[in-house]
Amino acid sequence: MIISVASGKGGTGKTTISTNMALALGSGVEFLDCDVEEPNAHLFLKPVIERTELVTTPIPLVDLEKCTYCRKCSAICRFNAITVVSHKVLIFPELCHSCGGCMVVCPEGAITETGRELGEINFGARNGIRFINGRLRVGESMSPPLIKRVRSEADPEKVTIIDAPPGTSCPVIAAMNGADFVLMVTEPTPFGLHDLKLAVETVKLLGIPSGLVVNRSDIGDQEVFAYAEREQLPVLLTIPFERRIAEAYSQGRSIVEEFPEWKERFCELFHKIETIIQKRSTTV
Amino acid sequence: MKVAVTSKGTLLESEVDPRFGRASYILIVDTDSLSFEAMDNSANVNAFKGAGIQAATMISDKGAEVLMTGYCGPKAFATLEAAGVKVVSDISGKVLDAVTAIKEGKVSYSATPNKDGHW
Repeated sequence: MIISVASGKGGTGKTTISTNMALALGSGVEFLDCDVEEPNAHLFLKPVIERTELVTTPIPLVDLEKCTYCRKCSAICRFNAITVVSHKVLIFPELCHSCGGCMVVCPEGAITETGRELGEINFGARNGIRFINGRLRVGESMSPPLIKRVRSEADPEKVTIIDAPPGTSCPVIAAMNGADFVLMVTEPTPFGLHDLKLAVETVKLLGIPSGLVVNRSDIGDQEVFAYAEREQLPVLLTIPFERRIAEAYSQGRSIVEEFPEWKERFCELFHKIETIIQKRSTTV
Repeated sequence: MKVAVTSKGTLLESEVDPRFGRASYILIVDTDSLSFEAMDNSANVNAFKGAGIQAATMISDKGAEVLMTGYCGPKAFATLEAAGVKVVSDISGKVLDAVTAIKEGKVSYSATPNKDGHW
């Protein structure tokens, strides 16, 4: 079972919710930090990292001995990552999306693949919680292949909790696609609601059931609740704006470990999600 | 000699477009006869990525030996360098003024891009 925690707007509490849910459920859960541009779930889960692997993405390598400068490779590339000028083939690795199209269309078989470093993937654990995160190389702009790589490590037998990146573009899609449920974390502010709407529309297109956590639920206005009702989005948990929660967070301490009453609430949140997923699988 | 000049319009009297990859038009001008071809660059204007690379390839194909424009980024510059096209950047005014300047030898060629790449 895969639960992806997303938000639209950044800083609403995705990591807080996802790490606390993982800690509340405890041993047997799997946690994937897919916010690879700035992974921070380890600060709260405090896993022991057991191994690290380098992640590369394929880019073309041209054998000029075989190349006839026919330009079929550059014609198919939507990102202009490969071009042919005066008997030279130029490759711009940072523009390449690793689709392999140039290799397929090359009539001479002159293109093979080599790798470009994207970042690293870390494997660890803490108290029976399996932990994996991706960390994008500084200067790299293409995160989806790394996110997909992190997700490929998911154990289908486990409950997998994904901490997704903010926004609604490719990296978020990569972190949500194929999930059984998307848990949206928002705050009741106009900004939070604006971006939540975009995220909700995205999830609709992906056909994944979703529900809401409203964090800092007693600030801002009440618009998000009216929106949730109109959209028939279940509000599965509300967390008030409390100083003690903020203090724990700022020191890297989890809510469920600091305040035992919250452990129950996060378990309940998970059970509500489980129920929605089960109901859906019986009706489909 | 053929010179490529980025332009806001299709005439020698048009203003130079400071952008290279996403210029509205690129005029390929013969400096001797002042005959020219105005290339519609709208496909590159709307390119998702790598407009400069594409524009550089295009002017090289047209036989331009020099590019005259406002700004030239690193990827376009690398492509032009590979193609053997020299670059004169920081150009403004009318296309004809640029062509006149190069005819009179009153230009200096750029050794590096004068604009950062963008995403």
